[in-house]
Amino acid sequence: MAPSPTPTTTSPSARRAPLAAARRPARAAGAALLPLVLLASGCGYLAGETGGGGADPGSAACEPYAQWQDIGGSVEMYGPIRDDEAERLRQAWQEFSDCTGIAIDYEGSGEFEAQIQVKVDGGNAPDIAIFPQPGLLARFVESGDALPLPDGAADLAREGWTEDWLSYVEHDGELYATPQASNVKSLVWYSPTVFEENGYEVPRTWDAMIDLSDTMAGDGLKPWCAGIESGEATGWPATDWLENAVLREHGPDVYDQWVEHEIPFDDPKIVESLERVDGILRNPDYVNGGHGGVKSIATTSQQDAGLPVNEGECGMYMMGSFYAANWPEDTDISEGGDIYAFNLPAIDEEVGTPIVGGGEFAAAFTDRPEVVAVQEYLATVGFADSRASLGRWFSAHRDADLELLENPIDRLSAELLRDPDVVFRWDGGDNMPAAVGSGTFWRGMTDWINGKGTEETLTYIEDSW
Amino acid sequence: MTPNRTDPGGRAPDRSSPDRRGPAQAARVRARLSGAAGSAAAIAIAVLWTLPTAGLLISSFRPEEQIKTTGWWTVPFDPEFTLRNYADVLFGSSSDGRLASYFINSFTIAVPTMVFVVLLAAMAAYALAWMRFPGRDWLFIGVFALQIVPLQMSLVPLLRLFSDGVAIGTATVLPPLDLPGAFQFTNVWIAHTMFGLPLGIFLMHNFISRLPSSIIEAARADGAGHGTVFRRIVLPLTVPALVSLAIFQFLWVWNDLLVALIFAGGSIEVAPLTVRLAELAGTRGNEWQRLTAGAFVSMVVPLLVFFSLQRYFARGLLAGSMKG
Amino acid sequence: MGFDLLSELPKLLWLVIGVAGFLAVFGVLLLAVDRGPRTRREWWQAACFLGPAALLLLVGLVYPVVRTTVLSFMDGPGQAWVGLRNYAWMFTRPEILVVLRNTLLWVLVAPALATATGLVYAVLVDRARYESLAKSLLFMPMAISFVGASIIWKFVYAHRPAGSDQIGLLNQVWTLLGGEPRLWLLDQPLNTLLLIVILIWIQAGFAMVILSAAIKAIPTDIIEAARIDGVSPLQLFWRVTLPMIWPTVAVVLITISVQTLKVFDIVRTVTGGQFSTSVIANEMYNQAFRYGELGQGSALAVFLFVLVVPLVLIQIRSTRRSREAQ
Repeated sequence: MAPSPTPTTTSPSARRAPLAAARRPARAAGAALLPLVLLASGCGYLAGETGGGGADPGSAACEPYAQWQDIGGSVEMYGPIRDDEAERLRQAWQEFSDCTGIAIDYEGSGEFEAQIQVKVDGGNAPDIAIFPQPGLLARFVESGDALPLPDGAADLAREGWTEDWLSYVEHDGELYATPQASNVKSLVWYSPTVFEENGYEVPRTWDAMIDLSDTMAGDGLKPWCAGIESGEATGWPATDWLENAVLREHGPDVYDQWVEHEIPFDDPKIVESLERVDGILRNPDYVNGGHGGVKSIATTSQQDAGLPVNEGECGMYMMGSFYAANWPEDTDISEGGDIYAFNLPAIDEEVGTPIVGGGEFAAAFTDRPEVVAVQEYLATVGFADSRASLGRWFSAHRDADLELLENPIDRLSAELLRDPDVVFRWDGGDNMPAAVGSGTFWRGMTDWINGKGTEETLTYIEDSW
Repeated sequence: MTPNRTDPGGRAPDRSSPDRRGPAQAARVRARLSGAAGSAAAIAIAVLWTLPTAGLLISSFRPEEQIKTTGWWTVPFDPEFTLRNYADVLFGSSSDGRLASYFINSFTIAVPTMVFVVLLAAMAAYALAWMRFPGRDWLFIGVFALQIVPLQMSLVPLLRLFSDGVAIGTATVLPPLDLPGAFQFTNVWIAHTMFGLPLGIFLMHNFISRLPSSIIEAARADGAGHGTVFRRIVLPLTVPALVSLAIFQFLWVWNDLLVALIFAGGSIEVAPLTVRLAELAGTRGNEWQRLTAGAFVSMVVPLLVFFSLQRYFARGLLAGSMKG
Repeated sequence: MGFDLLSELPKLLWLVIGVAGFLAVFGVLLLAVDRGPRTRREWWQAACFLGPAALLLLVGLVYPVVRTTVLSFMDGPGQAWVGLRNYAWMFTRPEILVVLRNTLLWVLVAPALATATGLVYAVLVDRARYESLAKSLLFMPMAISFVGASIIWKFVYAHRPAGSDQIGLLNQVWTLLGGEPRLWLLDQPLNTLLLIVILIWIQAGFAMVILSAAIKAIPTDIIEAARIDGVSPLQLFWRVTLPMIWPTVAVVLITISVQTLKVFDIVRTVTGGQFSTSVIANEMYNQAFRYGELGQGSALAVFLFVLVVPLVLIQIRSTRRSREAQ
């Protein structure tokens, strides 16, 4: 029962103590020794030393990997890709691992952006990290932690990708990473079925798009839906709107100056573009189909926001090519099907429709032979095709086999990206200092959706730079 | 058993001592203490506290479309249940039957940490409460203040310690702890123990310092050393407090994500359940259906721990019980 | 791939070895401590008792505090000295001032309400028929991680446009009462209060468990005597129960206050710190790790250390008082 002694009933065990204590040391010493003995003999067992299997390196399937034979070892890889997508990634390089005997231990984390900093500062950097933002990688290039691409991989990269694309990971003439997945962020998702039923046409100019929106609104259909909620990254979809508008309205040069902070963030040109976005995103007649009023944009998750398009509750949704994965499984994504997308139309005929996009880069923190081998492999078209054939992924690699892409949107995007006539610009926020690009820019745009003034918002972001 | 204490849990079967108050009297006391208003208030609090969890439980059995379109309270009018969410969480594509591994990892992290923190904290708390040495109170205040250190700020230095070791000049004091396989848990244990100690010491000090000084002084006068007093008197008397701290410590470690992410990483070898569930939360959409099922899967063990050790709470911690 | 117990065995074995090894060392230490030389015995016995914990604390917490303080006077990458610039930044950026205000709101509201709820509930269910069941209900949130709890409440605050079915409990109740569905998390300072509710929901269980134990430890004769004097239940609570358990109440209040100051997961999961709901710990994490502004992040952390000073003073007073009582 409850040990509730009073001063008068001092614990009986206390009285026994001196006797028992004398016998104790020997027993205790024995107890202390036993695990030590076990430890010495069982170390290898506990360390989990296991042999690896693999495919026959001489077989025909292993031919493409011949140059990386006899290296062996294992490579630690770290990135933001998780769950199913991570599993596909593992499958994509399985053959490479089986044939060469180089094991790739991939670890995905939703906290990648913050954790990679901790790991590197803590002296525990992975061999290779997959960066979703070139700006983040630049931080590690500056600090000297990230290593330039080994020559073999650098040559492969220069052969495979356009200058536009590689320029984001080129510092002082050296490449630091190989491009991986890519995406296009200038797409407007719509329902071809709904468009056909109502006689709507895919707009070719921004003005036509506004006219279409008015028509839809007149028909009682909310023309736009939007959502910028995305956990600690809340706000980024709204920044994509502004970036697209700036790029289309003022052209790539002004866009570059803006991203490089050569013109202030609240330059009148940028104000003009945000006012243009204002006409859509904060227009109560246009938004927020299926979700509520203007302010509901702030709390609607970016992943759920576009779904009303499929339900016929909302006309259009601007979101990157990766949104293809968010539609219900049985959705027919094709030009005449349930869902398709068009490139956000031109504002200025002369500028046309440049693409805002993004993607991932693989950079290394060590240069052991097996790490070099993996980097070379990741730069080959063979890897790009291997991963692309597993779905929901495409590379901007020039020689990638578009036939492997099951999703027409992926095919459309990949074609846009490798078209030499199409100007490509990386998502600007990713190239600004993180405190702005992933901080005040997101926060500012969120407050803007929530009712803050246009100029006031841009000035707030400018002040933080 | 001392005669002047009532049976605290009101349900102990081995009531061996005569209770001064008869059952009738106890019932009257209860009636007076918790009148109608009191009962209503208690029920209101209980309902408020249970509703969100109940909603979660019901939702975890509902199909995805239903979760996203109607409230869980509509279930009685439109009952439709599925086990798919649990199947997804337990046997999802990339974890076929391997969730068990993550469970074991969580255990392997939480149990030793719990033992380390509780015993080390009790020992330190005893020293701070009953030994006489200069600066004792200031030391206690210092330990207390350490509770505020946000553990995010400790991650980098600690990780650096594990990966680089300690060297003074050129002499290696501590080699890098680059451990393979099961040994990797050692880092996680050490990290969790460090972060758990300040609160542990603070709480244990609160209990141990209130033990009646007469017991301890009597034992000391008999010539018992501090080691003996601690082992023979303090530990047995503070069992309820030790168990409570153990439960809380277990819960905190079981539910921790940050330390696990940094020191255990995401590999199936060491990563605990929380890391796996965070991964499950998915890159696509607000997957309420997986989150709800996942939350319940991870709640099971803490609840079992609580229920199985609850009787220790009911006995009452010794705090303040033996004043005067 | 099925579950392979054999492959899990090394982990469990290492668990057993770890715990057994620790217990062995612990036991030997306790025995050795009474065997040493007689000179300055008290001093080195204290060293043995405090040594292990002190070593861990020095490495794991004290050193990081020193390092953080130093870093707070340096720039983003931690390479150049910038004097007090980070502190100046902290008290002039409007969004950081909002963060400080929010933290103050948290610390004023959450500990008091969580403790009060736990206390009231503990008193009400004390010796009630279904006491242990009733206590488990309040305790349940403790078993959920902060992230899990935040997800539950995000669900409670969910919004669907007027006219369609609500899936969030709060909006359902609100519309039943005749209101328009609201975006609860958008309007400050209401949104911060709604986040505070989550912490109260979690911590009330902690308060209840500890306080209930303290209540049970009150000697029955005191309560009996009060009752014979004809004291009403309410008076009994204010005049007897509360004063008797006050030291424990203080401990609970202080503990929850510290937890509140460090609150991080709730804000990050529910709002991501948007809509002016960010708090110091969240902002510190953003600055130091996401934005690469280690200096500014450290300055925020140092400010957090400063905020604990009032709690330290309260603790000193309470220690002193209990010394006098003994």
